[in-house]
Amino acid sequence: MNPDTQNPSPPGREAIPEEGGAAAPPAASRAIRLRVPRWLDPVFRTATAAAACLVLLLIAAMGAVLYSKGHLATTTFGLRFLWSQAWDPVKGDFGALPAIFGTVVSSAIALFIATPIALGVAIFLTEMAPPWLSKPVGLAIEMLAAVPSIIYGMWGLFVFAPFLAARVEPALQFIAGGLPLFEGAPMGIGMLPASLILAVMILPFISSVMRDVFALVPAVAKESAYGLGATTWEVVRSVVIPHTRSGVLGAIFLGLGRALGETMAVTFVIGNAHRISPSLLAPGCTIASTLANEFSEAISDLHVASLIQLGFILFLITTFILACAKLLLWRIEAQVKGR
Amino acid sequence: MTTPQAPAEAPALTIKTRRTEAPSVAGGLLARLAVDRLNFWYGAHQALKEITLPVYANEVTAFIGPSGCGKTTLLRTFNRMYELYRGHRAEGRVLLDGKNVLDPDVDVTALRARVGMVFQKPTPFPMSIYDNIAFGIRLYEKLPKSVMRERVEIALHRAALWDEVKDKLSHSGMSLSGGQQQRLCIARAIAVEPEVILMDEPASALDPIATAKIEELMDQLKQRYTIVIVTHNMQQAARVAGYTAFMYLGELVEFGQTEQIFTTPREVKTRDYLTGRFG
Repeated sequence: MNPDTQNPSPPGREAIPEEGGAAAPPAASRAIRLRVPRWLDPVFRTATAAAACLVLLLIAAMGAVLYSKGHLATTTFGLRFLWSQAWDPVKGDFGALPAIFGTVVSSAIALFIATPIALGVAIFLTEMAPPWLSKPVGLAIEMLAAVPSIIYGMWGLFVFAPFLAARVEPALQFIAGGLPLFEGAPMGIGMLPASLILAVMILPFISSVMRDVFALVPAVAKESAYGLGATTWEVVRSVVIPHTRSGVLGAIFLGLGRALGETMAVTFVIGNAHRISPSLLAPGCTIASTLANEFSEAISDLHVASLIQLGFILFLITTFILACAKLLLWRIEAQVKGR
Repeated sequence: MTTPQAPAEAPALTIKTRRTEAPSVAGGLLARLAVDRLNFWYGAHQALKEITLPVYANEVTAFIGPSGCGKTTLLRTFNRMYELYRGHRAEGRVLLDGKNVLDPDVDVTALRARVGMVFQKPTPFPMSIYDNIAFGIRLYEKLPKSVMRERVEIALHRAALWDEVKDKLSHSGMSLSGGQQQRLCIARAIAVEPEVILMDEPASALDPIATAKIEELMDQLKQRYTIVIVTHNMQQAARVAGYTAFMYLGELVEFGQTEQIFTTPREVKTRDYLTGRFG
């Protein structure tokens, strides 16, 4: 309020007006700063730089090892590996397409189901739920994320799959009436059950990240929309989500990353069949489930090399998706900052 | 320092005035808002005690007082902004043209269309300048593009921002300077055609030139709207406000014409505050 009494300024200098904030640091704090040894800072800098470089090195090494160990598959099949649907350990003929297809489709469906629900959960928890409800529900969601995937797998196989086979899949077939998407016997094992389990598994990740970014939206930003007479939905749509676009996208991609690599639960319910079927009820496979299933049984060098090559492809897919996510974020940030 | 133009024969009003029946017309002045024995609680803490004062139409009324005196709290009861938070509760009456806005049957969104608000920090929405203004209008009206354009232009004109942004309406609202952003927020509030505009320290985050522009703008805006401003800056209150209320520890100490408050305060506390003895 009164700069002259609050900031005693040294003689000969103008008093800093209100906006100026803090005065120069007092002499006492400077003396403390001098006591930190000078050599410590370069050491600290080198240590952090080394840690950062180690991560880069690890990633490069991982990629290199996967590539070189799978090289036999490349020399044998060439690029045909990518679009061949064969998977015959006896004849020694391998192709990656069914696994790639299964990985991408199951993750996409899981994301498609989980994202809107996660959005709803996050909006409810941050904008609408009273504290006595939002705290325990938020905790429950975090616990859901901590459940090991093998538990999801067992639940999926013993509880969820029979339920799907008995109730949901026949109903879908009845409604969709002969669409190739829902053809075949309702077994409760296949692409759809795997996608649903994946959706359940990634839901807590997406919603807890979304909840955290929503909670960071400054109250004034929301109030200024409420102040114009906006309703909660209008505030969420026009202020909260635009403010957190990058965080929301990050949450979705985090979920996608988990869905692509998820192994145990998917292996339990997807059926592990190396073929591409238009029906979501038919069994399929993903890269991760194939690896988990076959590594212990792979005897021939070519089989092992093909599996490693599959792993390399998964590595590339996740890297590619991460790169796309980063690019998208950059574009959004550039847009928000103004053209 | 310009003398605030107070209408002749304006009655000297003090806190002692109890029970203003609104809309009360006193000496030719229409009270757009009348606060009547208002109490406010943050949980168990009482932040406002028995506040009674009028807010005259087409005038600028300033709330001054040290931090924590309740001036912002009072402002936020006028559009029921406090309701967003749990445990915040108001008792008493705030009459807007005779109707108590605190009544549970009042439609809050409609109320906020009539009582606009501008905040301390400029808060443009993360969208284009045009959409920032159109946002509020779209909440209430579905307009053809040409009419909408006109409305946006009028709002920007009234906020004295049109000339600076007319060539970049599609640019992000965030790309403007702080002062321009604040005028954008004022334009956004004006666009929905409110009767009252509440300003919560609208210039405290701005440099002196931008501040001067906002103050000039308030002077123009009061011809159309009723303005209530919370300010920490007493000179600002003296420059822009026709009426000033001095608050201390949740109580209204003194209310009256700004000139009278600043030159011949009735209460000792007011005088002490204005002369910098505390606060």
